[in-house]
Amino acid sequence: MVALHSSFPPAQGLYDPTQEKDACGIGLVAQIRGIPSHSLILDALTILKNLEHRGAEGADSKTGDGTGLLVQIPHRFLKAATQKLKINLGEAGSYGVGMVFLPPDEKQRKEIEQWIERITSEESARFLGWRTVPVQSSVSGPSARATEPVIRQFFVESTQGARGLELERLLYVIRRRIEKVARSNSYFAIPSFSSSTLVYKGLLLPDQLQNYYTDLSDPAFESAIAMVHARFSTNTFPSWILAHPYRYLCHNGEINTLKGNLNWMKAREGNLVSQVWGEKMTDLLPVVAEGQSDSACLDNLLEFLILSGRSLPHAMMMLIPEPWSGNPSMDIDRRGFYEYHAAIMEPWDGPAAVLFTDGKSVGATLDRNGLRPGRYLITTDDRVILSSEAGVLPMKPSLIRKKGRLEPGKMFFIDTLQGRVIEDEELKAEISHQRPYRSWVAQHQIALDELPDPTNVAQPTHRRLTQRQRVFGYTEEDLKFILAPMAIQGEEPTSSMGKDTPLAVLSQRPQLLFHYFRQLFAQVTNPPIDPIREHLIMSLATSIGPKANLLGEAPEACRRIRIKQPILTNVDLQKIREIPGPNFKSKTLSLLCPVAEGAQAFDSHIQRLCSEASAAVREGYKILILSDRLTSRDLAPIPSLLAVAAVHKHLIDECTRPEVGLIVETGEAREVHHFACLLGYGAGSVNPYLAFESLTDLANNGHLPEGLDAVTAHQKYIKGVGKGLLKIFSKMGISTLQSYYGAQIFEAIGLGSELIEKYFSGTASRIGGLTIEQLGTETLKRHALAYTPEKLTTLEIGGDIHYRIQGESHQWNPETILALQHSTRTGNAKTFAEFSALADPDPNQIGPTLRSLLEFEFAAKPVLLEEVEPAKEILKRFTSGAMSLGAISREAHETLAIAMNQIGGKSNTGEGGEDPVRFNSPSNSAIKQIASARFGVTTEYLLSAQEIQIKMAQGAKPGEGGQLPGHKVDDYIAKLRHSTPGVQLISPPPHHDIYSIEDLKQLIFDLKNVNPLASVSVKLVSEVGVGTVAAGVAKAGADKILISGDSGGTGASPLSSIQHAGLPWELGLAETQQTLMLNGLRSRVRVETDGQLKTGRDVAIAALLGAEEFGFATAPLIVEGCIMMRKCHLNTCPVGVATQDPILRKKFSGKSEHLVNYFFFVAEELRVLMSRLGFRTVEEMVGRTDRLKVRSLESHWKAKHLDLSPLLYKPKASSNSKNTKKSSELDQILDQKLWSACQAALERKESFKAEFEVTNTDRSVGAFLSGQVLKKFGGAARAPVEMRFKGSAGQSFGAFLVKGISLELEGEGNDYVGKGLSGGRVSVLPPENAAFSAESSILVGNTCLYGATSGELYIAGLAGERFAVRNSGATTVVEGVGDHGCEYMTGGRVVVLGPTGRNFAAGMSGGIAYVLDEDTRLSSRCNLGMVELEELEDEDQKELLELVREHARSTKSRKAQALLDSWPKSVARFKKVMPTDYKRILAARGESAHV
Amino acid sequence: MSDPKGFLKSKRTEPQKRKPSERVQDWREFTLPVSDLGLKEQATRCMDCGVPFCQSGTGCPVENLIPDWNDWISQGRWREALESLHSTNNFPEFTGKLCPAPCESACVLGISDDPVTIRSIESSIIDRGFESGWVKPLVPTVRSNKKVAIVGSGPAGLAAAQQLARAGHSVTVFEKADRIGGLLRYGIPDFKMEKTVLDRRLWQLEAEGVAFRTGVCIGSDLSFSELQKTHHAVCLTIGAEGPRDLNVSGRDLGGIHFAMDYLIQQNRTVSGLPVAGEKITAQGKKVAILGGGDTGSDCLGTAHRQGCLEVFQFEILSRPPDARATSTPWPLWPMKLRSSHAHEEGGERRWSVATTGFRGSNGRVTHLQLIEVETGTKTELAVDLVILAMGFTTPTLGGINAEKNLKTDARGNIVVDARYQTSVPGVFAAGDAKRGASLIVWAIAEGRKMADAVQAHLQNSI
Repeated sequence: MVALHSSFPPAQGLYDPTQEKDACGIGLVAQIRGIPSHSLILDALTILKNLEHRGAEGADSKTGDGTGLLVQIPHRFLKAATQKLKINLGEAGSYGVGMVFLPPDEKQRKEIEQWIERITSEESARFLGWRTVPVQSSVSGPSARATEPVIRQFFVESTQGARGLELERLLYVIRRRIEKVARSNSYFAIPSFSSSTLVYKGLLLPDQLQNYYTDLSDPAFESAIAMVHARFSTNTFPSWILAHPYRYLCHNGEINTLKGNLNWMKAREGNLVSQVWGEKMTDLLPVVAEGQSDSACLDNLLEFLILSGRSLPHAMMMLIPEPWSGNPSMDIDRRGFYEYHAAIMEPWDGPAAVLFTDGKSVGATLDRNGLRPGRYLITTDDRVILSSEAGVLPMKPSLIRKKGRLEPGKMFFIDTLQGRVIEDEELKAEISHQRPYRSWVAQHQIALDELPDPTNVAQPTHRRLTQRQRVFGYTEEDLKFILAPMAIQGEEPTSSMGKDTPLAVLSQRPQLLFHYFRQLFAQVTNPPIDPIREHLIMSLATSIGPKANLLGEAPEACRRIRIKQPILTNVDLQKIREIPGPNFKSKTLSLLCPVAEGAQAFDSHIQRLCSEASAAVREGYKILILSDRLTSRDLAPIPSLLAVAAVHKHLIDECTRPEVGLIVETGEAREVHHFACLLGYGAGSVNPYLAFESLTDLANNGHLPEGLDAVTAHQKYIKGVGKGLLKIFSKMGISTLQSYYGAQIFEAIGLGSELIEKYFSGTASRIGGLTIEQLGTETLKRHALAYTPEKLTTLEIGGDIHYRIQGESHQWNPETILALQHSTRTGNAKTFAEFSALADPDPNQIGPTLRSLLEFEFAAKPVLLEEVEPAKEILKRFTSGAMSLGAISREAHETLAIAMNQIGGKSNTGEGGEDPVRFNSPSNSAIKQIASARFGVTTEYLLSAQEIQIKMAQGAKPGEGGQLPGHKVDDYIAKLRHSTPGVQLISPPPHHDIYSIEDLKQLIFDLKNVNPLASVSVKLVSEVGVGTVAAGVAKAGADKILISGDSGGTGASPLSSIQHAGLPWELGLAETQQTLMLNGLRSRVRVETDGQLKTGRDVAIAALLGAEEFGFATAPLIVEGCIMMRKCHLNTCPVGVATQDPILRKKFSGKSEHLVNYFFFVAEELRVLMSRLGFRTVEEMVGRTDRLKVRSLESHWKAKHLDLSPLLYKPKASSNSKNTKKSSELDQILDQKLWSACQAALERKESFKAEFEVTNTDRSVGAFLSGQVLKKFGGAARAPVEMRFKGSAGQSFGAFLVKGISLELEGEGNDYVGKGLSGGRVSVLPPENAAFSAESSILVGNTCLYGATSGELYIAGLAGERFAVRNSGATTVVEGVGDHGCEYMTGGRVVVLGPTGRNFAAGMSGGIAYVLDEDTRLSSRCNLGMVELEELEDEDQKELLELVREHARSTKSRKAQALLDSWPKSVARFKKVMPTDYKRILAARGESAHV
Repeated sequence: MSDPKGFLKSKRTEPQKRKPSERVQDWREFTLPVSDLGLKEQATRCMDCGVPFCQSGTGCPVENLIPDWNDWISQGRWREALESLHSTNNFPEFTGKLCPAPCESACVLGISDDPVTIRSIESSIIDRGFESGWVKPLVPTVRSNKKVAIVGSGPAGLAAAQQLARAGHSVTVFEKADRIGGLLRYGIPDFKMEKTVLDRRLWQLEAEGVAFRTGVCIGSDLSFSELQKTHHAVCLTIGAEGPRDLNVSGRDLGGIHFAMDYLIQQNRTVSGLPVAGEKITAQGKKVAILGGGDTGSDCLGTAHRQGCLEVFQFEILSRPPDARATSTPWPLWPMKLRSSHAHEEGGERRWSVATTGFRGSNGRVTHLQLIEVETGTKTELAVDLVILAMGFTTPTLGGINAEKNLKTDARGNIVVDARYQTSVPGVFAAGDAKRGASLIVWAIAEGRKMADAVQAHLQNSI
């Protein structure tokens, strides 16, 4: 969550408090019939304590990140408590209670209190009195106490006798007015002010809350509803205010689209009209106060919508709609509801579990993708207990009536007045029918496709076209690598080996403004989405036109032009221009600027454009078209992005933005990234006319493949752009264009603060840079080149992607490659010095990277070279990059591992697993990577590691998954990855067990259980806020954090990701160092960096900026023979490095000696620099930015405007020392007991049986045991170990369980049951005396069996979302699964004896699933992209029967028994889900799946 | 886009040559045109490298966009290929026929396979261009009123002339010989490049406005100062003509000639031009060629065609290895044994042999006195004609230097700054005159770069 609060340190260096994030555990207890009780409060507090592991503690272990409780007004209690104070409260509901945080300073406090009293009396209300809330401050931690407010309650009643909604409105107006007066005080906040709810919260650990607020222990303190929240924040800065719950909701998740949402809210304040508020409206504005967390903002808006007259569920449906555009089976009226509201309100998008209440009804909703867990149970005495985890409140099985889970996009709702749970279907049907939304849409919306064809749209001559292309900086590369491939393949082009050209601001060539912007992406605090396999939640649908009053419900509010995606063809745009009548009247505004007026005129032309836009709005135009179509020798185009951002922002500031639609008609945009920028800064749709004209020209001249005519080429291009856009949204965790609009999900690099503040405010741009005038200069330079007479007929060759001597400079060029290869092959230090001279910045020229702009501040007294620690010590700090066996060849992978072991450094497996024969050999990779696909991640693999690295993101394509094409999956690769040769492999974008920081904490815990001796590192990619994420990662228990740069290589990646995503490591590393120092967390972790490190100089700078370990990848590959072909994705690497082709692999000529030479050269170079800098060890160097200074940048017309001082900032903060050792969490775990119980028996090779109790705080049960068993005995348990458990197990039950061990759980499991299962056996069954029906109750949580490689899992009940995701070999039987079952599965058997959710088998490329298709609707819930449904053959039936029998035996499942009882009939109802590729390959190989 | 696996599917095939027995009967070119299909296949072998070394400092000096035109050829897009080729190289027909192709020795495919046949593709593109009438004069639309003199009409001078004329300047090329072309005209035998190839290009230059003045030797026929006075810039592209001599006993005997004297005569003869002085011919003679380089090889081919009895070629250095020597790893220009078309036609090559003297009778050479460099063994060989092809030394500045005293380096080459300007302001130099005897492709490359510099100079001067 984005949060800004004054208790954070101010922005300094690269630290920015707006980047703070958090995640949490949430819980809810409600009495359905609304009967209040004190025991319900106690239950809620118990839940909170049991969620403690989801929260976090900071550097000060007594201070948590915040926790709180929301209850109904405890009238009986308050009445009694206020009587002593002579406050006379009326009956329940007749008064409001304000809970207020006040400054400890007496004078300040009094002043605010007086304000509160005065404002109350100014409204039609009566102030009744103050009550100081009794607290026990000693309970809280020192940092909490240092910022502790005075907490008081005040009481207010209406002078008019207002009740209910009317009273709430009155209290709302009073509160908004008070807030405006007192906001500047950092202690002040009003956690709640209502006649129906009351919030107790604070900067406390969950188990401190009850002792801190003594009120909570009073038996008279009663409620029928209680909501709790435990916060896990990335920072360690104390903040009382950021604790949840807020007034109406508490939230686990993150709103990714916040910037856009806030901008739109601000913009629509101009046309907010409501009879409810009348003139009071001005007191309420802004609706969403500035500088709050995303949850608080959402709470503000929800409150506003409810108090303005919409019902609670109605408002929630508007704010967090379920996916509707891609769901053909949705009820048409419900679709109508969403369509109608889409024109009024943009979704608040992001992973979210939201609990909400108005004190009478209470509900929960999950985002459309279901990325946060939520489990509930309903008791026989009408209580509902809902929480992030099951088992948080011990409950007798006999009392449980129903168990369930929150489902993606669905609402769970309890109306305590009606005294019942209202199902999603019923609730939404009622709301969808309260108005005729569907017919309103039909009446007032028009579809673009249905508009009549326009008058002629002309194509320019080739010569005129070429001239235009030159004006907009087109090169041959644009045609060859971008436009043509997109038109041919309908998707964005792929490339490989990273980016090694200069940052736009450091380039000598004129750059497009787009290229100063980098796409942001989700990491750790928020998962990216897979836009291909989870397409059902993604949407590009949108509409063009004005947006209506948020508070009204007029039929014509939805009057807009509906389009399927935001790219308009030249014909489309003409159609829009020709729509008759006033409703969609459009006006074209020119983006052209006379060349003669020079660069200094650019700003005034933007002003001109903005005032023209304002005038057009006033004149009643509904659509503005910003156009640069009429360029000429005398007229140059203003960068379209600048124009859009300026007009969008101007109209927002004027509060008129909702009144018009904004279309950009530009020749500039051609790459996906360009469109993403335009839409992200406010364009409603884009017409890239020149891209279309260029495609037409290619087609007309026969330069597209036969059969591809211009119109088809356009369509495929649009399709490709669309796919690319979805990928960019999904990287950030955003799923719809509607919420992406104006969301500004970018970071700028090289743009000055004046320019940013004026036109791109809210966008991070951390090292300054260009002004508007310099942007003008750049545009005019390009324009001048375009009109240089002799060059009119052809385009420049390019050279941005592939090196061209005439084109952009590249760090890897013939000279550097040659010098590196020759020096390391001959071991010649002199040649290596030549390499370094070429690779390091030229003293007379500005280099391509940020580090090239820095130089050393050498010591006055150097130390002798002999005194500098030896190379051998330094080499221990070197790692090689994570390159999977599969991406690179076996030869290249092993040679690298051998070399790293020889020098004492660490090689990294990459994400493709490793051959077990290497585990204890000289070619063992010290670092075992664990990535989203979990290829080959077995217990044995993890045990062979010195370090386990969790890859959260990858430099060349942060936020994206990967794909290993089938042609790279040979027998060997398939064996290591537990898949089928020849079948493509997909790595999902997210780790499905890491959707938030607390999830990461859990995975780290899993891994530490398996291998307590290995350190755990987390790989992040540099972007704004990475320092904050790193702080969270440190708090989650990681030992090392790797900050990867944007420029690293990769086997294959979309071109736009290589070029436009991620930031240089220098920024990320410096930000991480600074943020960890500020938080007092630096000493908890080691920090590594990588991203095109080549020479001793690079390493020295990385160390001085804060790194103590250093990763190398591209350079070692080049030493091994890579010559930067950029063909890894094609499997045609001619030097045998990045290919699996046996013929090409023979050409591999790399030798470990060459690599050893290389690393020694680098280390020796570093030593020389160390001696000159006056350091004896690397340890001494870390973070010593005082030894760096910025070079003179005057010689470069753009670079000279940069300000690199934030990079070198050194916070005055807590020590860097190594004293804050973390306590080992493993001492107290249940597995210690399990291991000591069975160890002796195993030593004697005797079987072992025992029983244990288990609770939800017992996490990763079996993982430690498995690690120990494997370590001690190798292979598997040497005699059967059978353990039975009773209770609710915590997350990761049975994770990484090895062969020979079976765990039986009687009760229930949480998320990740059987994660990484490695041969063990797990069964989960309901308690014997359960009152609920097992086969319709949820028994285990989400993401079970994730990444399992072998073993068995039996579940006598339902499982949550993503069951058996990435299973590659385990066998399982379950009685029903949620959405996305068997996703990305590559092997194993899954039997589902009941319902499946949506999107079953998405991305499934191997293994088989047998599904009992009870309602014969499996095919509609199955994602048939990669699988087909078949009838079972004899062999299948035989296998199925065996499995169902085994299930019945293991779990005593009634359902299984029933099926077996009528087997011939039962078996006929099963469908076989068979991956198409898998089937084809098996057939080709003449093999059967049943072996 | 072309097939990324093309290089795995086809092997390198060189263009066909006419049979040696047939081709030595005449003076026509020995290579045969390549079929479109064959060419396409060869172009598809290009891997479109991320870092094309053919384009690097160790590759093509004229910075040909090799991967790009290979791609176009593989798609049959000849015109784009031609346009691309001409964008970096004024005379691809010269380099296509005469260049030793450092691009090919730097070709990435050459690491573990045979490189792409870049040179023959280049040659075919331009041949197709001329055949199809695509090569047209590019007459400038705007004229600058600036006059530029170019001294010397070899490839460097012609490239500069064309570039500057196209930029709108009035360009005059001065040539001391009777015809334009320098070494291209009289140094290169017709069997390597027929003179019509040169003539058709000169026609284009003339049409673009380049004026040619032959038979004018600057420094004697026309003073250098005069030239400077009448032009805004002067470019010296006078080559490095001074031949390396062999000062041993008997050098003054008849029948011992410099290679260039020998080749010029034959070139004039083939062109039907009169030859002055003693006629040098190998017909019916035993011939010794001293020097194992390209010029020696040209002399060898000429001797075959003249009908020599027997011919020997001596090289003082030892025999290079058959494959790339380890001392010159990829992508460097490889030390290795090179055999030209002329060697296929006959003659005997000997390495590690130095000539210690000539013996003769009646004032004419009869014997060559030789010593084996490695063993010290001395032998004699009976010969009738000796051709000295041991390379070139310096530019012949003659009268120019008498007037201006241009700064030269230790080897006698003209010294220029980064903008190709000599020690005399407004006077520029490029090609062999500046870098010493080198490849045609370097001459073109430098001619172009000098032209850019001259262009900048003219723009800045008022």
